[in-house]
Amino acid sequence: MKRFLDLIAGLYALVAYGFIYLPIVVLVLFSFQASRFPLPPFTGPSLRWYGEVLGDSKFTGAMVNSVVVGVVSSAVAVLLGFLAAYGCARMRGRLGGAIRALLIAPLSVSYLIIGMGLVVLFNWAGVPKSLLAVGIGHVVINLPLCFAILYSQMSDNIIRLEQAARDLGAREWQVLSLVVAPVLWPALLASFVLSLTLSWDEFLIAFLLTRFETTLPVEIWTLLRSGLNPKANAIGAVVFGVSILMVVLAELAIFGKGKKKS
Amino acid sequence: MSAPVVSIRNLSHAFGALTVLHELSLDIQPGEYVVLLGPSGSGKTTLLSILGGFLQPTNGAVLIDGRDCTHMPPAKRPTTTVFQDYALFPHMSVGANVAFGLRMNGVAKAERQRLARETLALVGLKQVLDKRPHQLSGGQRQRVALARALVMKPRLLLLDEPLGALDLGLRRQMQEELKAIQKRVGTAFVHVTHDQEEAMALADLLLVMQDGRIVDQGNPERVYTQPSTRFSATFMGENTLIDAEVTEISGTTATLRTALGTLALDRPGIRKGKATLTVRPENLRLGTAPSGRVSLGSGEVAESVFQGSYRKAVVRTGSGGDILLKLPVDMPVRIGERVEVHAEPRHIGLLQE
Repeated sequence: MKRFLDLIAGLYALVAYGFIYLPIVVLVLFSFQASRFPLPPFTGPSLRWYGEVLGDSKFTGAMVNSVVVGVVSSAVAVLLGFLAAYGCARMRGRLGGAIRALLIAPLSVSYLIIGMGLVVLFNWAGVPKSLLAVGIGHVVINLPLCFAILYSQMSDNIIRLEQAARDLGAREWQVLSLVVAPVLWPALLASFVLSLTLSWDEFLIAFLLTRFETTLPVEIWTLLRSGLNPKANAIGAVVFGVSILMVVLAELAIFGKGKKKS
Repeated sequence: MSAPVVSIRNLSHAFGALTVLHELSLDIQPGEYVVLLGPSGSGKTTLLSILGGFLQPTNGAVLIDGRDCTHMPPAKRPTTTVFQDYALFPHMSVGANVAFGLRMNGVAKAERQRLARETLALVGLKQVLDKRPHQLSGGQRQRVALARALVMKPRLLLLDEPLGALDLGLRRQMQEELKAIQKRVGTAFVHVTHDQEEAMALADLLLVMQDGRIVDQGNPERVYTQPSTRFSATFMGENTLIDAEVTEISGTTATLRTALGTLALDRPGIRKGKATLTVRPENLRLGTAPSGRVSLGSGEVAESVFQGSYRKAVVRTGSGGDILLKLPVDMPVRIGERVEVHAEPRHIGLLQE
């Protein structure tokens, strides 16, 4: 009976993981397809479609755009989140609570609503659809996250370290750059990489706020509109690979710190 | 007496509606080891924060070397602080931690390394310059924090429960070293603690605080044997308090009446009316009072417990309450025996509040 239950449990786990990972496996597998359609039977392996993607300036350009938007918007989100967390950690009482709540609240708003709001706002303010607009959009969605991560790290311990630095003659910018930022380095890195990951495959806001120059997810969508194509699989595999890489980096940043502490 | 390093004048502080310091005034002399002793919430840490510049007092002034520093930021003050949890910078080596303040003040690298090494040697640490704080033991971290504050050559060094995180044995050892280092550098120290033993061992000037007021101040021996308030009599160690009334004064001799009888004490500056006698348990003896000792009255031995280095006894007097004694262990005591309790006059404290 015990053995039977173990078998059921194993099967259940297999089905569950299959359900989660099979689509990705299929996507990556057929990116190595040699023939024109990403459908069985598998005819590869071949790097034909990777070659086509990397030879297509539309995709490489979109990839560069994605990287630029991701890096710049994440850096801005981390910087703003850091300063906000630094300030909020020193605020007591109701006002501080209200500011914190307002900063974190956008986490619960859907990207669709944020994207639509930005379209309307930018239209009214005369900001054209562009990578800059997407970048701003990504700062909007990533700032709350960066703030939440960094605020959780602003312990009393850090406040005491700052006091010690000031006591020894450090000016405010020295307190921030020589003490607070280095101590929070793992959290800063983690929030940066997390922002980068989210920005990297964000579609809705990028779709709503770009026209000619656009980011990779929007380019993939355009490609998929004309039907299945192993090229899309190849791009998808690249996007997935980069995401995995960033998640691993984030994990290392977070757990690397945990190890040091124990 | 030379000019004080620090003058605290009518200092008050309130957090919202809660007043935590009441009109406090105090002078600290050069080279003096001042200990602020009190329970949590007595305002001792608040006073230290104000001295360090981390808190702006609601009222009053802090003068350092005669200069008004009340609103001067910590960076500009000739004070440094050893924080309770040491607050060492975890991402810097021990050497960089100690040299941090010098670096902020623009001291050249070679010079600050030399000074850092010298100060670490002063606190008894030599081989840790390149280590990170998390590689050190608690006692070593404590020394690094001390070195980091001392290297700045402050006029006043502030210590916020510096030994609180150490275990008892290490605490007693560090306590001795702290005192020795203070005597060597000659800097005035203000040390906050709630450990009475630590306070008595370290202080040149002991301040007992309660509810934002200094309720007793003086050298530790005086504060211990002749406390000037009921609070300091009971907060520090065990004590027996006996209600009394000064009925007669002739010259400097006062006659007191207690529930146990009358006694005469030579105390200048006493006035008629209510008073409290305080006697430490180790200063009391049993039997008929020999000449030169004062009888406090008699009662029945209710308890006698061997405690190793002393014998704890309780004499029940009925109307006068219980009297606690710490007797030499070889002194025979029988429970139920009727005895007289006596002490030397200089060991009897007299409170008039």
